[in-house]
Amino acid sequence: MKLFDVLLFASGSLRGSRTRTLLMIVAMSIGVAAVVVLTSLGEGARRYVIGQFSSLGSNLVIVLPGRSETAGVNPGMLLGQTARDIVVDDAEALLRSPAVRRIAPLTLGAAQASHGARNREVIVLGSTADLLPIRHMELAQGQFLPQIDINSAMSVCVVGAKVRRELFGPDTALGAWLRIGDRRFRVIGLLAEQGESMGMNTDDLVIIPVASAHNLFNTQALFRVLIEAKNRDMIEAAKHDAEEILMRRHGGERDVTVITQDAVLATFDRILRALTLAVGGIAAISLSVAGVLIMNVMLISVAQRTQEIGLMKALGAPQGEIRRMFFAEAVLLSMVGSTVGWLLGEIGSAIIGMVYPTLPVSAPWWAVLAALGTALLTGTLFSVWPARRAAKLDPVAALSKR
Amino acid sequence: MIRLQKVSRNFIVGDQQVAALRGIDLDIAAGDYVSIMGPSGSGKSTLLNLIGLLDRPSSGTYLLDGGDVTALNDVQQAKVRSEKIGFVFQSFHLVPRLTAAMNIELPLILAGIPVAERKQRVAVLLKNYGLTDRADHRPDQLSGGQRQRVAIARATSMHPAVLLADEPTGNLDQTTGKEVMNLLEQMVAKRVALIVVTHDPVIGGRAMRQLHMVDGQFTRETGRAA
Repeated sequence: MKLFDVLLFASGSLRGSRTRTLLMIVAMSIGVAAVVVLTSLGEGARRYVIGQFSSLGSNLVIVLPGRSETAGVNPGMLLGQTARDIVVDDAEALLRSPAVRRIAPLTLGAAQASHGARNREVIVLGSTADLLPIRHMELAQGQFLPQIDINSAMSVCVVGAKVRRELFGPDTALGAWLRIGDRRFRVIGLLAEQGESMGMNTDDLVIIPVASAHNLFNTQALFRVLIEAKNRDMIEAAKHDAEEILMRRHGGERDVTVITQDAVLATFDRILRALTLAVGGIAAISLSVAGVLIMNVMLISVAQRTQEIGLMKALGAPQGEIRRMFFAEAVLLSMVGSTVGWLLGEIGSAIIGMVYPTLPVSAPWWAVLAALGTALLTGTLFSVWPARRAAKLDPVAALSKR
Repeated sequence: MIRLQKVSRNFIVGDQQVAALRGIDLDIAAGDYVSIMGPSGSGKSTLLNLIGLLDRPSSGTYLLDGGDVTALNDVQQAKVRSEKIGFVFQSFHLVPRLTAAMNIELPLILAGIPVAERKQRVAVLLKNYGLTDRADHRPDQLSGGQRQRVAIARATSMHPAVLLADEPTGNLDQTTGKEVMNLLEQMVAKRVALIVVTHDPVIGGRAMRQLHMVDGQFTRETGRAA
C-alpha cells in the first residue's frame, strides 16, 4: 500500500465519523492553543521587562553610593561616618579605566519650574552630554547638553515632552527661558516622547548640566554614575575598575555599589523564562490529556471497525499495514488539531496583544515548535497501542463480529 | 493446487478442547468447483478460513501451489491472500463509507497497484458485473444482489487462483442467489478454484464436487458430471 493511499484512506475514515474526528481535533487544539497563548504571555512579560532594561542603555554599569553589607564592620561605622558621597571628580576618574567608553554622572532633584504664568514641579536631572548616547535618549528638536567642562555650570536645559507641553503649550519652547527654582535656563533641546522606562519617565524630565544641578540643589553628591563599557566583554572589567578606582579615591574603603545591567537583566531573564516554561509545561499537561483522549477514541474506533479490520486482513493487509492505517489517522488528526490549535493560539495572543498593547505578546518559536511537537508526539504515541490492538485482531473473529 | 494433509484445528472453549477439524485430507485442483456442506458447527467455515489463511491449523500441513503456507509469517501470508485468494462473505463485508467502486478497488490499493491501472481495472470489473451506473453508490444505497456483486468484483479484482465463498447466498432471495451463483461459477471457466460453503443443498448441489462434513470430518463426497 502506497503512503499516499494510506493517507487517503485514513482521511476517508476520519471524514466517515465526523463527530469523533471533530471532538479529537477540539481536544488537541485546545491543548496546543493553551501552550501557545500561555507561553506567549510569559514571553511577552519577559520581553517587556528586558525591553525596559535595554532601553536604559547598552553595556551599562551603574555606580550607586553606599554599600549594602550583610556582615562585617567597616572603619566608617566606628567613626560614626556614613558612606562617602560620590562626587563629580570621582565620576571623571572612572574614565581612566580602559574598559570605560564614557560616563554620565546623575544628580536628581525635584524643583518648581515655570514659564510665564504656568508652573509645575519637574524632576531635574543633572548630567553631561554623554547621557544622551548612554541612555539611548532621543531628541525631538534642538541639541542636547553641550560638551563642556564637567564643572562649568551653564544655564541651559533640555526638557521632556510632557514638561514642554504643559509649560509652554503652543509657544515655541526652543530658545525660551525656563525658570527652575531660583535660576533661569535657556531651553536648547526638546526630548522626544519616550514614555515610561524603569520607573523613570523622561517626558517629565528637565535635564541640565551636572554642575548647574549641584548649584541648584546645593549639593556635591551624585545620585548615580552611569558607565558605558566599551563592549559586552568589557562590562566585568569596567565594573571591577570602577570599584578599584572609587575604593582608592575613598581612602581604601569600598563604599559604593556597582551593578551591571547585564546581571540584573540576566536574572530577570532567567526568572521570567522559567516562569514561561512552567506555564507552558502546565499547558502541555492538557496536551497529554488530549493524547489520552485520542487513545480512548482510537480504541473505540478499533472496536467499531473490527469487521473492517478483519476484511482488510482477508483482502491481504499484513499487520504492519493495519497499524500504519490507524497510525496515519492519528497523525493526521494531531496535525489538523495542532494546526487549528496553533491558529487559535495566535489569534488569542493577538487579542491579548490588543487588550494590553504594552505587552509584546507573541509566542516564541520554540514554544510553538514544542507545542506542535508535543501534540504530534502525544497523538502518535497514544495511537501506538490502539493501532497494535487493531493489527493483532484475529481475522476470523473480527470478521464474524456483529 | 490446494492440498491439505491430516489437518486438524482445535479450539479451547473454557477449559475444554473442542476439535473443529479432525484430520482433514483434501485435494483441490485449478478450475475445481467444490461445495462443502454440513450442519452448522460441522467445521466447514473453519476449513474455509484455514484454506483462506485466516486461520492456522493446529496440526497437519497445507500446501498451496506446492509450497507449505502454514509456516509463512504474517507478511508472507498476507501476500498470498492478496495475490491468490478471493473471499466472498455471507454478509458482504463492504466498507460502508466507501463507494462501490472504492470497495472494489480496495484489494488493488492494498497491493500497491498504481492509480491509473487501478482505475482501469475497476472500470472493467464494474462493467463486467453490471455496476457501472452504481459505481458512486455507497453500500447502503445498493440492493443485496448488487452488494454481493460488488463483493464478488472485489474478490476477483486481483485475479485470484482460489475463490472462497462462505454462504454467499445466505442473505439473498432465491432469484438473486442464483444470479450470484452464476457469477461465481463463471470464474470456474477461468481455471479458478471455487469453494463454496453452504448448508443449502440446492446451492451445494450445483458444484462438481460436493463434500459433506459432520463433526469436523468428511463423511462422503458426491459428484456431478461436469
